[in-house]
Amino acid sequence: MDKGDKIKGLIAENVNGDNIITRARYPHIFEEGLNKSVVEEISEIKGEPEWMRRFRLRALEIFNSKPMPNWGPPLDIDFNKIRYYILPDEVKARKWEDLPEEIRETYEKLGVPEMERKYLSGSVAQLDSEGVYANIKKKFEEKGVIFLDSDSALKRYPDLFKEYFFKIVPVMDSKFSALNGAVWSGGSFIYVPENVQIDLPLMTYFRMNMQQEGQFEHTIIIAEKGSYVSYIEGCTAPIYNVTSLHSAVVEVYVKENAHVKFTTVQNWSRDILNLSTERARVERGGRMEWVSGSLGSKITMLYPSSYLVGEGASASHLSISLASDFTWKDNGSKVIHFAPRTSSKIISKSISLRGGTTVFRGLVRIPKGSVDCVSHVQCDALILDENSRNFTFPHNEVYEETATVTHEATAGKIGDEQLFYIMSRGLTEDDARSMIVLGFLDDVMKEIPLEFSIELNRLIKLKIAEMGGTG
Amino acid sequence: MALTLELRDLHAEIEGKEILKGITLRIEQGQFHALMGPNGSGKTTLSRVIMGDRRYKITGGGIFLNGEEITNLPTYERARRGLFLTFQNPVELQGVKLFTFLRSSYLVHYPNDGRSFQEFITYVQSKARLLNMDTTLLSRGVNEGFSGGERKKAEILQMSLIKPRIAIVDEIDSGLDVDALEAVAKSLKDTIYSEPRMGVLLITHYQRILKYLSPDIVHVMIDGKIIMSGDYSLALKIEEKGYEWIREIK
Repeated sequence: MDKGDKIKGLIAENVNGDNIITRARYPHIFEEGLNKSVVEEISEIKGEPEWMRRFRLRALEIFNSKPMPNWGPPLDIDFNKIRYYILPDEVKARKWEDLPEEIRETYEKLGVPEMERKYLSGSVAQLDSEGVYANIKKKFEEKGVIFLDSDSALKRYPDLFKEYFFKIVPVMDSKFSALNGAVWSGGSFIYVPENVQIDLPLMTYFRMNMQQEGQFEHTIIIAEKGSYVSYIEGCTAPIYNVTSLHSAVVEVYVKENAHVKFTTVQNWSRDILNLSTERARVERGGRMEWVSGSLGSKITMLYPSSYLVGEGASASHLSISLASDFTWKDNGSKVIHFAPRTSSKIISKSISLRGGTTVFRGLVRIPKGSVDCVSHVQCDALILDENSRNFTFPHNEVYEETATVTHEATAGKIGDEQLFYIMSRGLTEDDARSMIVLGFLDDVMKEIPLEFSIELNRLIKLKIAEMGGTG
Repeated sequence: MALTLELRDLHAEIEGKEILKGITLRIEQGQFHALMGPNGSGKTTLSRVIMGDRRYKITGGGIFLNGEEITNLPTYERARRGLFLTFQNPVELQGVKLFTFLRSSYLVHYPNDGRSFQEFITYVQSKARLLNMDTTLLSRGVNEGFSGGERKKAEILQMSLIKPRIAIVDEIDSGLDVDALEAVAKSLKDTIYSEPRMGVLLITHYQRILKYLSPDIVHVMIDGKIIMSGDYSLALKIEEKGYEWIREIK
């Protein structure tokens, strides 16, 4: 038994305990700040192989050497005031009653079932859903599908994990990818064998042996030739986290004629900075779909990228972002058409209200030689009041004459006449605003998995009502 | 209880310009009033002020429902108490499906309606067919790309579903050709004369729609004031002579 397993064993024995043992053993883990010994301890607790320990340390060096981004929203982060690893048991020990009231209220308004609430709030570490999902899980496994948390995947499939870990996103990509490399924990690992089509979306809920979602998850999805998988991450209920920085890395490998749909909905609580890197590599005839709903957090910087490396590959990027109450949503998409006859579609819908700022940054690049590529970019912004803002920075780099690139952008406000018209039918002003906002989103709502679009509907209504949301 | 709408010496302005200069009017449920007047006389302003359009400022007088003042009540509260306005140029609501809009507004007025979603669809479709309305419009955005006639029908459809107690019908005849006008007038008549009868304030520029509808009382508004009221023969006289003669009398 290695050291990591020992720790887990100790934790398991102390399910109802007060984690005195773990505290006593690793007291400095609970300190704030990032240095070599913190990184080494994380690796040690997890019982990782030597290469991963060295990888983490190299990532830390890169992190220290990289400057902060000199563009985008104002980021004022004191990296010494952040805790980089939270023991699962410590999270579990948190009580429902300890949650901020507005979060509890929002759960109630959203009608999140009690069991889920406890899970989301971190007062239980695992959803009690094994019974429900055991059959689904069995089906996956019979087909050779791997669906694990990333830490377990590293243990059980070390070679496979190593082959895809930090490959499409290089660790030196940015300061934040390097940070993830140094302190990553948790995330999902999905492997879908050749020609296997998974008809049900994989959701984080289904994942067994789940560790508490950390703030530095590393998710890897590998879809072999001709396979299909839809993965849904996050949820519309606000996630209350112990620390204020979330910086995940998502790597998606779409092989020939495979198809991956990655849906992420986040509603982080309002004190969280969400700075994540998401990227897909799409081979010949493959298809990548990104669907993202960004509702919470203080600042989000998120620009899913698709690298279309094989002929005929395609990517669809669809994002909905909502910035309320002086939060800042810096979202966008990046598609690079490395191969001929590749196509992309980027649709962004952003809503800002009560002092919120939404930003769209788009980059489409079609290098010389990538003949007959098609790209369409559409970004629509709705600004609900005088205090709110939207900025749009589309950027197309087209070096190939055969390319067809189109771009549409709209920015609108809710008209007094629209409000008056709807209210004259008996609907309140809040209902009228929600109705207009949902109408604005209507053409993208059908692309969103049904269970989410219903939740999203409800959440947007809450956000628009003064009392609503925490995000 | 039947509803009575009263305007008492109502004054209103927009951007500092006085538009309504003392309107007094009493409309009881079951009565059909027509309000005529030349362009710019303030007819549309009156309809909007009654419904509580915040862009207008009330500078004097008040609006009462059954004796209770509603001058400062929000628009939706007025709607919930039984007032309704059909718009001359109803605005587009992009992406808001007409059917969704109808259902949301219907449920405000009839929260205990027992119809299932499917039954409600059937109900709305039957209402739309009575208006000779293309039912595919129900799955389009409200007024999105609708023709003038389709917009008017959509207004009447909403009125026939909500069944207000007093409806203000603002220039439902504008922009319609003769055939469309007759069809719209007939639908309107069926709607307002169905039991329980509504009170109606029908605003129009021309007499032509009135011949299908036979109002009880005709008012003439010029320059922010009602300066003459009479029976249907007043409308005919205006048709024949225009508005100038009234100005001259006054």
